[in-house]
Amino acid sequence: MTGTPRDLVAARPGPEFTVRVDGRPVPALPGQTLAAVLWAAGITAWRTSRVTGEPRGAFCGIGACFDCLITVNGVRDQRACLVRPEPGDEVRTRD
Amino acid sequence: MTDVNDVNDLNDGVRDRYDLAVIGAGPAGFAAAVTAADAGLAVVILDAGRAAGGQFYRQPAAALRAARPDRLHHGWRAYTAWTGRLAAHVAAGTINHLTDHHVWTVERLDADAADGRGLAGAGSATAETAASPGTLFAVHAVIGAGGATGRAVQASAVLLATGAYERQLPFPGWTLPGVVTAGGAQAQLKDSLVVPGRRVVVAGTGPLLLSVAASLALAGAKVPAVVEAADPLRYARHAKALALNPGKLIEGAGYAATLVRHGIPVRPRHVVVAAHGERRVEAVSIARTDRAGRPVPGRERMITCDALAVGYGLDAQLEIALELGCGTRREPDGGWVLTVDAQQRTGVPGVWAAGETTGVGGAQLALIEGELAAHSIAATLPAGGFAVRAAGASRPGRAMSQTAQPSAGDGGETGSADRVGPVAAAGRSVGSAARPGRKVAKLVRRRARLRAFADVLQQVHTLPERWSDNLRADTAVCRCEEVPYAAVRDAVTDLGATDSRSVKLLTRAGMGWCQGRMCGTAVQCLVGELTGGEAKAAPAARPLACPVPLGVLAEGAFAPAAPASGTSPAPAAAAPPHAERPADPPD
Repeated sequence: MTGTPRDLVAARPGPEFTVRVDGRPVPALPGQTLAAVLWAAGITAWRTSRVTGEPRGAFCGIGACFDCLITVNGVRDQRACLVRPEPGDEVRTRD
Repeated sequence: MTDVNDVNDLNDGVRDRYDLAVIGAGPAGFAAAVTAADAGLAVVILDAGRAAGGQFYRQPAAALRAARPDRLHHGWRAYTAWTGRLAAHVAAGTINHLTDHHVWTVERLDADAADGRGLAGAGSATAETAASPGTLFAVHAVIGAGGATGRAVQASAVLLATGAYERQLPFPGWTLPGVVTAGGAQAQLKDSLVVPGRRVVVAGTGPLLLSVAASLALAGAKVPAVVEAADPLRYARHAKALALNPGKLIEGAGYAATLVRHGIPVRPRHVVVAAHGERRVEAVSIARTDRAGRPVPGRERMITCDALAVGYGLDAQLEIALELGCGTRREPDGGWVLTVDAQQRTGVPGVWAAGETTGVGGAQLALIEGELAAHSIAATLPAGGFAVRAAGASRPGRAMSQTAQPSAGDGGETGSADRVGPVAAAGRSVGSAARPGRKVAKLVRRRARLRAFADVLQQVHTLPERWSDNLRADTAVCRCEEVPYAAVRDAVTDLGATDSRSVKLLTRAGMGWCQGRMCGTAVQCLVGELTGGEAKAAPAARPLACPVPLGVLAEGAFAPAAPASGTSPAPAAAAPPHAERPADPPD
């Protein structure tokens, strides 16, 4: 094991901020996608499938599969792999 | 007539009419845009990303301030050279680069459009179907993913450089969180500097796997194995094409060296047969395959992991092209791509295509194809484009645009001598054009060499023949609509479905949010297997390439000349991608 992705590319990100995911604070870096923010927090599932009720999260990671849909600031069905959260955003996972 | 950009109250210097609209800002798109602008054309690029690069050259978000983004990229110098030229054109106003624009359809506006659909499916492009100066298109985009604002721009020619997404095959457990596409893991790493887990198995088939495994390892993830379905011995049959592409071999060797350095074993002729876990993947089972590609019983073993990055090659993103009526052909690995001639022209007048949409072959090939397409476009449009290039020009009439302005002096690096011959003289190939410039001829040779290499990769990295043996009755084939394998099987064997379309109507497989992007290959293969017929039928056209808010559709997006109606309130949800088209295009 070596370093982290940030070490690899010598990143000096802007100041970390917080988004609230189902009310719980989760740290985010400016510019990151919401899927990345959730992955970095160890969250891989944030949707429940409609038929079987299985947990789902990001799959394709490039906006093609729509498996990572999530609610941001009350707007439903956002693709977490594309959306880039801003400070204070309210994210809901079970809509 | 109201300027299209007024419809959305956007005052960002976007013109209402361009010579060329480039859809996609990956390697094919930015190379074409820069080359066309060098030749004096007014160019607009519409791309879903925030920066030029596409998926291959996806950049870390600017706010992450990465000092060494090159460490996650191959071919960095080519990228910076091209994007430097792009930035110069953007600064000079000769290219408008519209980022975060998700194109959902391209509409033909010219008089020939009424019968233009008849050209659809004209598989082989010929000189007579090349763009005449009379072609005109409206490119419709939604701004922002799930955004509520639309925009349309007009252009005489369109270049489709929409790239590809990863091909997937279902297996038990593939819907578990933590199972991600190999390309998606790479994209989020390059973009947002994250990895999907601490122990990431990389599996599937194709050259992308080595690159993804190397990136993940460099970024600190443990990669317990690369599970590759193909048999590397098959490369031995194609020594010549390999020998002609030393650069590609060095690229592959670089990834392999990284894997060795990190102690990552590659397991050829192995497949993932299942992913296990409760709320996320906790382990995968892999199995050795026999000569028929069937997992050998008793040879399975389990690897613990917290993520699986999987992919079985790339499928070209063809939605917009199919809706325009571009013809398709099948590649050695079974995927469908656009048919183009040697000048990268599709069978639809005024529409060119380059990059993965015309044959999956990687970034280097895409750059060359984009450049060649731009040379052909520049040679086809009247003497360097339309008068709208004049700064601040108001909408010129069609008559004015026909009186082409000479563009000498605008030529940039690409003098007219380097242009492909005029369309009237252009034969079936760039190579046989009247006065092929030396640069074009060189590009044509490099394209042939790289295509031969791509063909070899595709012949080696085919889908494992018996992949469906792994499916259980309850394995979801369609992730969106959660259609189990049993339902697909029954639709064919009990209900008599003989093609994907019937299976879709009977089971809803492919009817959900992703519109069959994730399950399309699997359903087509299954129908083929179960009926004993052709494994894959040509893909069908769909009206919308991405979700479009109802407000944007209702705004008369199919009638860009309509009076401004202002911005509509955002609907609560984006329309599903299979929303019915509300109105036919105006004649």
